[in-house]
Amino acid sequence: MRRIETGLGLLGAAALVLAAVLAPWVKFVLTIALAKGIAVIGILLLLRAGQVSFGHALFIAAGAYTVAFLAPVVPDAIVLLLAAAAVATLAGVLVGLFVTRYREIFFGMLNLALSMVLYSVLEKFYSVTKGTDGIRVELPRVASVTLEREPYEWAIFAIALILALGFAGLTRIYLDSPMGQALAAIKTREQRLEFMGIPARRVLLAAYVLSALMGGVAGGIIAMTTRHVTPLLAYWTSSGELVFIAILGGAGGVLGPFLGAVTFELVRIYAGAAVAEAWQMILGAVLLLVILFAPGGLWGIIAHGAGRQVGRRRGAAA
Amino acid sequence: MAEWFADNSGLLGLALLDGLASAALIFLVAVGLNLVFGVLRIINVAHGSLYAIGAYAAASVGIFLASLGLPDWASLPALLLAAALVGAVLGPLIERLLLRRIYGQEEVLQLLVTFALFMILEDVQKLIWGVQPVQHDLAMRLLGTYDVPFAGDVVPFTAYQLFVLPGAALVVLIGLAWFLRRTLTGRVIVAVTTDREAATAMGIDARRVFLLTFTFGAALAALGGALSSPTGAIVPGIGAQTIVLSFAVVATAGLGQTEGAALTSLLIGLGRSIAVYFEPELEVVVPYIIMVAVLLVRPNGLFGGTIMRRI
Repeated sequence: MRRIETGLGLLGAAALVLAAVLAPWVKFVLTIALAKGIAVIGILLLLRAGQVSFGHALFIAAGAYTVAFLAPVVPDAIVLLLAAAAVATLAGVLVGLFVTRYREIFFGMLNLALSMVLYSVLEKFYSVTKGTDGIRVELPRVASVTLEREPYEWAIFAIALILALGFAGLTRIYLDSPMGQALAAIKTREQRLEFMGIPARRVLLAAYVLSALMGGVAGGIIAMTTRHVTPLLAYWTSSGELVFIAILGGAGGVLGPFLGAVTFELVRIYAGAAVAEAWQMILGAVLLLVILFAPGGLWGIIAHGAGRQVGRRRGAAA
Repeated sequence: MAEWFADNSGLLGLALLDGLASAALIFLVAVGLNLVFGVLRIINVAHGSLYAIGAYAAASVGIFLASLGLPDWASLPALLLAAALVGAVLGPLIERLLLRRIYGQEEVLQLLVTFALFMILEDVQKLIWGVQPVQHDLAMRLLGTYDVPFAGDVVPFTAYQLFVLPGAALVVLIGLAWFLRRTLTGRVIVAVTTDREAATAMGIDARRVFLLTFTFGAALAALGGALSSPTGAIVPGIGAQTIVLSFAVVATAGLGQTEGAALTSLLIGLGRSIAVYFEPELEVVVPYIIMVAVLLVRPNGLFGGTIMRRI
């Protein structure tokens, strides 16, 4: 299974590169999709523990604003990404220490509340954050090389792709490790975990901090791609999108988030502009349909189809 | 300190009165959220949308009635009519079509379903009422203002916010206590809240109780929205703001605590309005600071007991 997943992951990455080469305008969309996919893996980790965060846009915004604030001082994409990851991780530890004391609705809503606080702070303190106008990010260098716009976009796309593969692999290893296995136990019977001498809070906190780190990296990539950050990054709709992508992609494999994110961003390009007024409504309706009728998400549908194929072939061999 | 009070007493008085009025609105929403959670065991994320829809509906009903040439005083019962309408239409619709499918499912799924509903309702509002602010403050203008003496100063304040809003909250608080303790339907609801299985075994139709409670909770949210509509412009986004705020109240008070929710609404309402007048940047942050501070000390809320957890 793991080998199949690795193969599919590389195949998917190749397909994305091909798409970006054939249709250069799609590169921008795919970079954003990859970034969101990285953040969604974090949501997936928490979903493993049966917890859903309605406020993970907090970490995306933390990463993005870190890039925006530091870009004039250290205009280098790699350094900026590291800084974004560091700030988001720190925020993840602080917020995580608080929210991992709670489960289910409390967990979800406290995350939502804290992200709304960050949104308000970013919006209200105009002197520092320029409020809803947002901050423009100047073209940074990449590994101390100054690039023109076109090669710069390619470089960020490549970085996003490498990071996406890296984080997907890392998460797979994490989920297979005892720490990852313990996550599923939080969902089923947390007390049993405690009886075995494993502190459930620490298990959840570790996953939470990892998810915050990935959120920060995603935010950094988004800031360097759109090159304009606004408080909207922290608004509840952004968090809602992450949850949506996680459910759409399917909570099964680590590739689900990317499948979900690419589908989501492409659909948004076409449908989002046409029905801007009803965009959230469509998201909500699809979310309902997936939950009620296709609990495995897109990944589940594909895996189910693939499973049937394998089964049929085996049946023919016997 | 004394000097500061002398200089700012007018402002402080205004802040306290404003806080009282907004506490009344928050309470109406929070108490509905609490009630629905107590019976259905679902925290309805879309509860804030019902508040927003109640507000929009009240403005529309008010404008419609005014266009019929009805006398001005009709704008007050129109608010109640709008709230009842929203509750009676959307309540059963949501419970029957959606919530009924997910009782007893994983909690994370229930959360996601109400969250999806919230996303849908947010856009439904934009489609029906547009994104421009909607305003209809006839009910508030009708009652005029009232001069409140405060610390040697006189603070003019609208009679609507001074009497109608806290009055409505008080009526709901006392009425709900009476309803739950003294009427058969109320006691049935309490029975289902306490032990659903035992109540069902005694012949109580839990499904009917679920439907009734959800409709009632939805009507309370809509009532909060309807009563808020004359006090200012209704803009997109109040649904999200309201659910987060009323959840903050419910969490700070402790899940399922009605009287506790009343006190906590007051605490958060006052905290917020004092911030509005003295440190406007902090307005949105204050409720959460209160919530986080309380939850750090008392994880089950100010009035919440220990929650039994399955083993």
